[in-house]
Amino acid sequence: MDIETYTLILSALLFAIGTAGVLLRRNAIIMFMCIELMLNAVNLTLVVFSRSLGIEAQVFVFFVMAVAAAEAAVGLAIIIAIFRHYELVDVDRFNLLKW
Amino acid sequence: MVNFLESFLRVAQHAEAGYHPVLPGLILLLPLVGFVINGLGAFLWRDNKRVPSVVGPLAIIGAFAIVVANFLAMQGAMPHEPAIVSLWTWMAVGDLSIGVDLQFDQLSILMMLVVTGVSAVIHVYSIGYMRADPGYSRYFAYLNLFVFFMLILVMGANFPIMFVGWEGVGLCSYLLIGFWYENREFASAGKKAFIVNRIGDFGFLVAMLLIFTHFGTLNFVEVFAAAPEALVFGGGVATLTTLLLFLGATGKSAQIPLYVWLPDAMAGPTPVSALIHAATMVTAGVYMVARSGVLFAMAPVSQAIVAAVGAGTALFAATIATQQYDIKKVLAYSTVSQLGYMFLAVGIGAFTAGIFHLMTHAFFKALLFLGSGAVIHAMHEAYHQVHRHDDPNDMRNHGGLKNLMPITWVTMWIGTVAIAGIFPFAGFFSKDEIIWSAGSYGYVVLWVVSIITAILTAAYMTRLMVLTFHGENRSGADAKPHIREVSAVMWVPLAILAVLSLVGGWLQIPEALPVLPAVDALHHWLEPVMEPARHVMMEHGFHQAHEAPLGGGEAAWAIISTVLALFVVILTFRALVHRRYSPAAESEAPTGIAGVLYNKWYVDELYDRVIIRPLLAMWRGCWRIVDDGIIDGSLNALASGTRMVGWVGSLFQTGRVAGYMFWFVSGVVLILALLLL
Amino acid sequence: MIADFFFVLFAVMAIGGATAMVFARNPLASLLYLVMAFFALSGIFVLLDAHFIAAVNLIVYAGAILVLFLFVIMLLNLGRTEKTDLRGPLYRVIGIVVAGTFFGLLIVMLRGGHATSMAGGMGQATIDAMLESQGAVGIVAEPMFRSYLVPFEITSLLLLVAIVGAIVLARRKAP
Repeated sequence: MDIETYTLILSALLFAIGTAGVLLRRNAIIMFMCIELMLNAVNLTLVVFSRSLGIEAQVFVFFVMAVAAAEAAVGLAIIIAIFRHYELVDVDRFNLLKW
Repeated sequence: MVNFLESFLRVAQHAEAGYHPVLPGLILLLPLVGFVINGLGAFLWRDNKRVPSVVGPLAIIGAFAIVVANFLAMQGAMPHEPAIVSLWTWMAVGDLSIGVDLQFDQLSILMMLVVTGVSAVIHVYSIGYMRADPGYSRYFAYLNLFVFFMLILVMGANFPIMFVGWEGVGLCSYLLIGFWYENREFASAGKKAFIVNRIGDFGFLVAMLLIFTHFGTLNFVEVFAAAPEALVFGGGVATLTTLLLFLGATGKSAQIPLYVWLPDAMAGPTPVSALIHAATMVTAGVYMVARSGVLFAMAPVSQAIVAAVGAGTALFAATIATQQYDIKKVLAYSTVSQLGYMFLAVGIGAFTAGIFHLMTHAFFKALLFLGSGAVIHAMHEAYHQVHRHDDPNDMRNHGGLKNLMPITWVTMWIGTVAIAGIFPFAGFFSKDEIIWSAGSYGYVVLWVVSIITAILTAAYMTRLMVLTFHGENRSGADAKPHIREVSAVMWVPLAILAVLSLVGGWLQIPEALPVLPAVDALHHWLEPVMEPARHVMMEHGFHQAHEAPLGGGEAAWAIISTVLALFVVILTFRALVHRRYSPAAESEAPTGIAGVLYNKWYVDELYDRVIIRPLLAMWRGCWRIVDDGIIDGSLNALASGTRMVGWVGSLFQTGRVAGYMFWFVSGVVLILALLLL
Repeated sequence: MIADFFFVLFAVMAIGGATAMVFARNPLASLLYLVMAFFALSGIFVLLDAHFIAAVNLIVYAGAILVLFLFVIMLLNLGRTEKTDLRGPLYRVIGIVVAGTFFGLLIVMLRGGHATSMAGGMGQATIDAMLESQGAVGIVAEPMFRSYLVPFEITSLLLLVAIVGAIVLARRKAP
């Protein structure tokens, strides 16, 4: 097998690890970081495919990063705002959406 | 609108030359306009009694005049084909085309004469009878509407138009029976009439469907012309169709098994009983059978059933009439019985005899009803004056009225003698012809039954006269001075009908009778219409003998029957005139055999047990089980099921982000799995 | 050969960093492990001849975004407690099972040939030629500023919105 196949396996694995992290941790910020990991795994996949599907995939990667930046900023702002209210970032305690 | 009016005055005809219908549309239009005006009057100028008094009778008299004009024109021309007036096309769907067509032939003209003539007389009478009633305008509106529909019935040139009239007179009957609707029993009587009629109407409708499927048309002219070829003699289609038509006739003309509404219909005002339930509406069934004579001639089984039912009903109703104490009930059962005679006649194929009896019966039965109405009116007034609430209808409260109401007494005796069939009154000729036909055509049982019924008829009518007019007065010393003869507007119609009851039979004097001139007017008149049916019967082995089953020719039996009737009248009179009766309030109901007859052979109770209660139970079951249980239940179950699902869904709304994440990821995994595997 | 060696090295670093991040107790430690993983990923990007992306990954992603995370962690003073915020054993099992299933399905997808493009790829020579002619930055810049100019501009707008949003959301309410 060549480097591309291995890279795809790697990115799948990283994505799965990221998913596990999201499910396993209670800290909101850590969950967020796991999501960033997942995004980066996707970037990896895109770069691999840019070698065969077209170089525009790298442009896509670029945009993904830009959006990830924006999303991280806003998400962290929200977490800060919530922290002010709850004094902690345990997502199990954020249950105001309950019916 | 102008076209519409024009079409009323337009004539399209099938006759080559000679008879042209005169103002055909106007005959129908006048009663209809009368209905509209009186109907509006019932709302707008409720207390005005002048307008209905003029408009109501005048509309009918006008229609009668036009019919007479048509009659004279037809007499001059004596056409062999009916004249059809097509007003407009009602519906044209696929192969079916029903037009609003009117048929002018000898039979329909005769019916129109009877309907408009007797109606006119009764309208005039009603002016006096209903004078004090607050629903005066409404009464005349309904009565005019009735005449309108009855004319449609007899003038229709195809089955659907006849059916429109058929239903319409049923409606008017309901409205008029329940005229005093505030009384619950009267309203129920109206409902009973309508509902029982409906059962018959079902038969009529299915018969119409059969006719259309078989013949492809519903016009009388075409159906009856095609019948001898298109139908198999005695075949299933012919028999079934005619039996269904007869079912309709039993409903409308009160034969067994659907006669039960007629005695209850006496709840309506007496002129209504006279018009609708004696002279016109109830004869619609006889007319319909006579009109469809060709069809019945092609189905001998149906003919036998018609004749048997007619004879049976005649006898049955006559027995009940002998024990009734309500004067109108006696007359009601008498009507049922006489209608039985008519069906006997048309059943055995003596169509002209049946129509003849229809005509004479209209005269003397209307007379008898109006006379009884006069008695009731007088008794009611008298009781009103002394503030008593006794029943003015009950003959046990009457007695000895011959001196107090002489004109009524005389005219009612004329009617009684006519119905008993005593020479030279009208009933003799018509009833005798029926009895003679039964005998000479070879139907022994029917012949015997008709003679027994004639005896009973004479008996119960004499009883009625004795109880009401003879003997001692039982109204009470306080009420008696207030009983007086009715006003002219009421006894003049009685007189007119009495004269008709005398001379009406002279249209058809059989040749066999000695001394008298032979008059064959009615047979001759109706021959073009009845000929096809007679032809069919002749082809299939019909034969008229010249002797009755017990021997003796026509003349002999005519004399025997009239003497017998006279004998019965005299015997009954002498037996009953000296008997003591108590007023109704102090009398007990009869027991034993008399009790069974008094209670109408318990037929209403039987129907209630066997038919109505099971039906009510079934409907109640349907209501509880099907409607409440199944339909409502399933809807409710659906609703609570939905709520359940919602509740289950709400369990997912924990507010915990982790849980959401988990479901989210699981869902993605699941979809991916489904896509790949 | 060397490429393979470096690939294995970077791969192990990435996986190790990721796993450590998931299971570390201290949030700061988690973050730093993630940074390490990102470094490894950048290395792999280089091995795939996506030089520009590798650089941007380090500069923007590891250098800006993760530093932002660091600031927030330190601002909120997390990591002082003894209790770990890892869920209980049941959840660990469920989590690992789900993630494992996910991984398995992705591999199946790979094997099953859904990744259809593996065969028709650009050869190494083509890539080298492109790098030669346009430069590492050029091969990304050219499509971006030609075909994808509008998305580029919109992205800048998006970033503006994000800035404003972050400020609004995170400020203290006026008393």
